[in-house]
Amino acid sequence: MWSARGKYGVAVTIYLDHAATTPMRPAVVEAFAAALPVVGNPSSIHSQGQFAKRMLEEARETVAASVGADSVEVTFTSGGTEAINLAIKGLFWARNSGAVARPRILVARAEHHATIDAVEWMREHDGAVLDWIPVDAFGRVDVDYVHAALADDVALITMLWANNEVGTVQPVFEVSALAAASGVPMHVDAVSAFGYVPLDFHAAGIAALSVSAHKIGGPVGVGALVIARSATVTPLIHGGSQQRSRSGTLDAPGAVAFAAAAQEATHDLAATASRLIELRDSLIAGIRQAVPDAVLRGDSDDRLPGNVHFTFPGCEGDSLLFLLDVAGFSVSTGSACQAGVPEASHVLLAMGLDEPAARGALRISLGETTTADEIAQFVEALPRAVGQAAAAGYSSRDTVLGHYPGA
Amino acid sequence: MKVLAAMSGGVDSAVAAARAVEAGHEVVGVHLALSRQPGTLRTGARGCCTIEDSMDAQRAANMIGIPYYVWDFSERFKLDVVDDFIAEYSAGRTPNPCMRCNERIKFAALLEKAVALGFDAVATGHYANIVEDENGNRELHRAAAWAKDQSYVLGVLTTEQLAHSMFPLGSTPSKAEIRAEAAERGFSVANKPDSHDICFIPDGNTRGWLADKVGAEQGEILDRNGEVLGKHEGAVAFTIGQRKGLNVGYPTDDGKPRFVLEIRPKTNEVVVGPREALALSEVAGTKFSWAGLDPLASGFIRESGESFECHVQVRAHSDPMPATARIAPATEGVDNVGDAMGPELIVRPHEPLIGVSPGQTAVIYVGTRVLGQCTIARTVSAVPVEV
Repeated sequence: MWSARGKYGVAVTIYLDHAATTPMRPAVVEAFAAALPVVGNPSSIHSQGQFAKRMLEEARETVAASVGADSVEVTFTSGGTEAINLAIKGLFWARNSGAVARPRILVARAEHHATIDAVEWMREHDGAVLDWIPVDAFGRVDVDYVHAALADDVALITMLWANNEVGTVQPVFEVSALAAASGVPMHVDAVSAFGYVPLDFHAAGIAALSVSAHKIGGPVGVGALVIARSATVTPLIHGGSQQRSRSGTLDAPGAVAFAAAAQEATHDLAATASRLIELRDSLIAGIRQAVPDAVLRGDSDDRLPGNVHFTFPGCEGDSLLFLLDVAGFSVSTGSACQAGVPEASHVLLAMGLDEPAARGALRISLGETTTADEIAQFVEALPRAVGQAAAAGYSSRDTVLGHYPGA
Repeated sequence: MKVLAAMSGGVDSAVAAARAVEAGHEVVGVHLALSRQPGTLRTGARGCCTIEDSMDAQRAANMIGIPYYVWDFSERFKLDVVDDFIAEYSAGRTPNPCMRCNERIKFAALLEKAVALGFDAVATGHYANIVEDENGNRELHRAAAWAKDQSYVLGVLTTEQLAHSMFPLGSTPSKAEIRAEAAERGFSVANKPDSHDICFIPDGNTRGWLADKVGAEQGEILDRNGEVLGKHEGAVAFTIGQRKGLNVGYPTDDGKPRFVLEIRPKTNEVVVGPREALALSEVAGTKFSWAGLDPLASGFIRESGESFECHVQVRAHSDPMPATARIAPATEGVDNVGDAMGPELIVRPHEPLIGVSPGQTAVIYVGTRVLGQCTIARTVSAVPVEV
């Protein structure tokens, strides 16, 4: 199980953690590298500044087109987390800037931590009242609950386009129709959906949409919040007002690289998706055959093309992750880390799993570079890791190696 | 061998991991997460358990070129170390949480998980030596650096645990050499301060922390006759042998200072008296273990029940005292918590031991070798008490 390690202790690995981040596309590296030496602040008035501005605006148009939005609606950010924070806080503040108090935030239970932590902060510091939308056993938001909960005192509704852990694609259009009918602005976190399922900002009729470049083969440190013309978002960051709702020097090379990634990730999305779905379904079938008691989490059909998520009864996810890592496979437990400590996933708990079951989670996520051979190798290596992790089991308080004659 | 290096983020465990790699082992670094809500930065005298420490450990692992993981033992640590610490103090005993951590976490939970996942041994930065006799039996010995020797807190290791343990720092003559080696290796932790105090009590104020956990109520300070001498602000605030902070308003008849002799948590009473009343001629406990072969198999005695000469140490950094030890067979009846009385390890120091509390661990040495240990449950006063 222990594979050879090279420099930096990194084994020759099969990368199956594309949902965490995915390799930068060669076309992106090329476009990024070409853009980096360009001198000129896009906000400067001289010709060099204008040239940089042109690069940036062309990139903005490409990114806008890739999500079905207008260029003016795209605000570049430092990534998905900033976009989500800007959407939630900015919409909340804007909705509460007048005489009418709208303290309620309708938020789904199984959101990414960027959302959970942002709304919790708003509850503690800004008097927000959190109205948690339940999810079903597959992690899908309860549309009927939203219908009943929408009212005049709701500042905003926020949910995922697709769940980042278990991959379930959400009923965005059903919820957005309800939100539009009630006049409540809606934000959708599409960070994990972008590049894998078609996004159409205008068709969805929502107020804001968050995306990130590095999840689609672009660089880390670039993202965007798409803000509808009709929506108002109070800024988080104040400075030179370089963009709508955001200050800070415009990053032309980052935008260019993001655009190159968005272009590639979306221009032939249907073909990419169907190739990934085939790989995904063969992996799901392979895991089920290799480890019969493993349980697929998330919806089997309404699912991100690259997402595979199982729980393995009797195993700790971090033991599995360790064993697979030393065997040469990069995977994830899917949940957030506190100081590198895997916690039981709040997503799985929201879906109704108990803590021991939730601790046995493993997310295997496929991407552009994944091959059928990699899937086959993973399926071959998995049973041994699962067997060993099950033997290590949950921590028992009874010592096995020590015995105390007098105890 | 496949070795798991337990890395706290300190200089010792970083050097231990590097030495394990150089000894030709296949090494993986693991940091133990012991708190669900770790602090962000190291403060005061703590040397582990914060996110900064976890990052220090990871940085050292990266420099050594070994994979690194964080394993969560926070639940086990809370149950087996923190809660135990509170329960022991609440019962008027004086536990050693580092020892408990070695016994229940590092060389139990961690080691067992490691073995199950395919490792042969766990390496730590403890200062102690493992020596094999001519038959391959493992013995635990004091470190070459007596000033840093940690064999006392490893006294709880069993033979099986010892078989899977590795202490790469044991033969180094001083901590200064470890720091110099760390600096040479370019470790950022080369000059990181040593950790002391109890890792889960961030500000080092054990009394305040305990008072917060178990509550502190005013109670009476008594002499051995039961006469009330004064009030205290909570019995857990005292340790046996303590002299300062008694706040008894008037002096003794003979002008000699008073010491804490006994803590009675049930009645919230603290008993005080003269220093000679602290002297113990015997300590004993039924919860004992051998770190390697037992005295009979080691040839120190010819038949079970015989006495043998040894040294006894009752604190991590106290001097070892010459003593005679023996194992008394199981007796009828039950002990004070209702368990059947098993065999008892009885230790008689040649000179009286001063200020030892039930709950402390007596580690038995023969020369530099750690033979075993017992948790002190019963003591015999050296001087008959005149009341």
